[in-house]
Amino acid sequence: MSFLTYLINGLSLGSIYAIIALGYTMVYGIAKMLNFAHGDFIMVGCYVIFTVSGALSGNSVVGIIVAIVLCTLLGITTEFIAYRPLRGAASPLAVLITAIGVSYLLENVALLIFGADIKSFTSVISWEGLSLAGGQLKIQGVTIVTIIISLVILLVLQLFINKTKQGQAMLAVAEDKGAATLMGINVNKTIMLTFAIGSALAAIAGALLCSAYPSLSPYTGAMPGIKAFVAAVLGGIGSIPGAMIGGLLLGIVEILSKTYISSQLSDAIVFGILVIVLLVKPTGILGKVIQEKV
Amino acid sequence: MALLDVNNLSVSFGGLRAVDDFSITIEKGELYGLIGPNGAGKTTVFNLLTGVYKPNEGVIKLDGEDITRKSTIEINHSGIARTFQNIRLFKQMSVIDNVKVGLSETFKYSALEGILHIGKYKSVEKKMDDEAMKLLKVFDLDKERDVLASNLPYGKQRKLEIARAMATSPKLLLLDEPAAGMNPNETAELMETIALVRREFDMTILLIEHDMKLVSGICEKLTVLNFGRVLKQGETKQVLADKEVIAAYLGQD
Repeated sequence: MSFLTYLINGLSLGSIYAIIALGYTMVYGIAKMLNFAHGDFIMVGCYVIFTVSGALSGNSVVGIIVAIVLCTLLGITTEFIAYRPLRGAASPLAVLITAIGVSYLLENVALLIFGADIKSFTSVISWEGLSLAGGQLKIQGVTIVTIIISLVILLVLQLFINKTKQGQAMLAVAEDKGAATLMGINVNKTIMLTFAIGSALAAIAGALLCSAYPSLSPYTGAMPGIKAFVAAVLGGIGSIPGAMIGGLLLGIVEILSKTYISSQLSDAIVFGILVIVLLVKPTGILGKVIQEKV
Repeated sequence: MALLDVNNLSVSFGGLRAVDDFSITIEKGELYGLIGPNGAGKTTVFNLLTGVYKPNEGVIKLDGEDITRKSTIEINHSGIARTFQNIRLFKQMSVIDNVKVGLSETFKYSALEGILHIGKYKSVEKKMDDEAMKLLKVFDLDKERDVLASNLPYGKQRKLEIARAMATSPKLLLLDEPAAGMNPNETAELMETIALVRREFDMTILLIEHDMKLVSGICEKLTVLNFGRVLKQGETKQVLADKEVIAAYLGQD
């Protein structure tokens, strides 16, 4: 029975990785860049919820909504100021380095405003959870809510991309930016929308992450951000179902190896799996084989 | 007033003058051919007309509107659509979705309505579907609506590219070597398709082509480019009988 509990906890952590990985993978698939500041958008979202909920004496719903709005604006602004001017740059490294710069900037601004001490985050989900099989199997409320929310997000996102004109424009831009422009698609607007959605998801992921692991510091987003990036690569970067599968897999592996092998080695195991998968299948689990143009 | 009026267009890449003092006037409803040996600058002219390259000199007017300095998107919205020499469909998308990408500037709803499937989302998507199907019917592609573009046979991919361009409701359609890589049967079908586009949409067309049978068969007027310069311009028959033109194509004796 305890194995089942660990598995469910792994699914829950994996769902959070998956939501973050969706942001990575969408931005990569459509704008062809890695937004290494994505993890720090999560941290910003957490601090916004922490501050707003604190000011409103524990009303976390308003906090979450404000965090989603502010993170969306942060994503759009970052793209506009820091990434867009570099889109035509000779080397794709330019925008990558800038993203790392934005990441440090956000962490240090948070350090300046909130200080280095770890804040205790109050869970946004007050539900106790379920007790099944006569109390032998206890599942926390936040665990269940996280899994459900991530599934809903995946479903909504898939419908959005495949069934709306904005989603189709994203696919068109992802495949051939030049041809999309010549068909009247506004590439800048499409990429901006991608950042908006990815950043809104980061805020949601932040709320869930800090509810499950309630300690908040300026570096809260860094490690989950990197692991979500690993999840996106594992699943096949650019693929939305791939990000989901990669995230879930990573979460389960992390929790199970923490429980049964060693909590100190768990991160090493997680990154070790990345190395092995990339050696065997360099494009990731659901990644497409990239055809070189002749 | 002419639909397309281009005057003294020039562009250089480094030391190479790829297009030099190019002028052309196309009246509404005309089917105009742009021909010339390989490397003469034909595709460069298309890239100048669609804003992919900006000219060093010259003026491009579409329907009286100066579009010389406009961006690619603005030019598309002003009414120029094109196809590509090497087909550039959205290969991972279905036939109907390719056409709907072309329609997406005409039909509007907000991203929020799209995410939540509320408001105008349903009715506008329905209108887009209907409009796209109408276009696909014209091009006899309606049976393949859900096929991935990459799985279409070559000739139909060319057709779909024209259908996608038509979806942006252009005033002027640019076709870049539409018959490239086609067998005689496919070329004959393409000529019918082009005739159909003129008939159904009353479209003005400028096309680049190497296939002389196609050019002499359907184009009313021709411009011959050689080394980036206009060599000859006029009625198809006269141009093709011109000594200089024949020399440029076959080499002088």
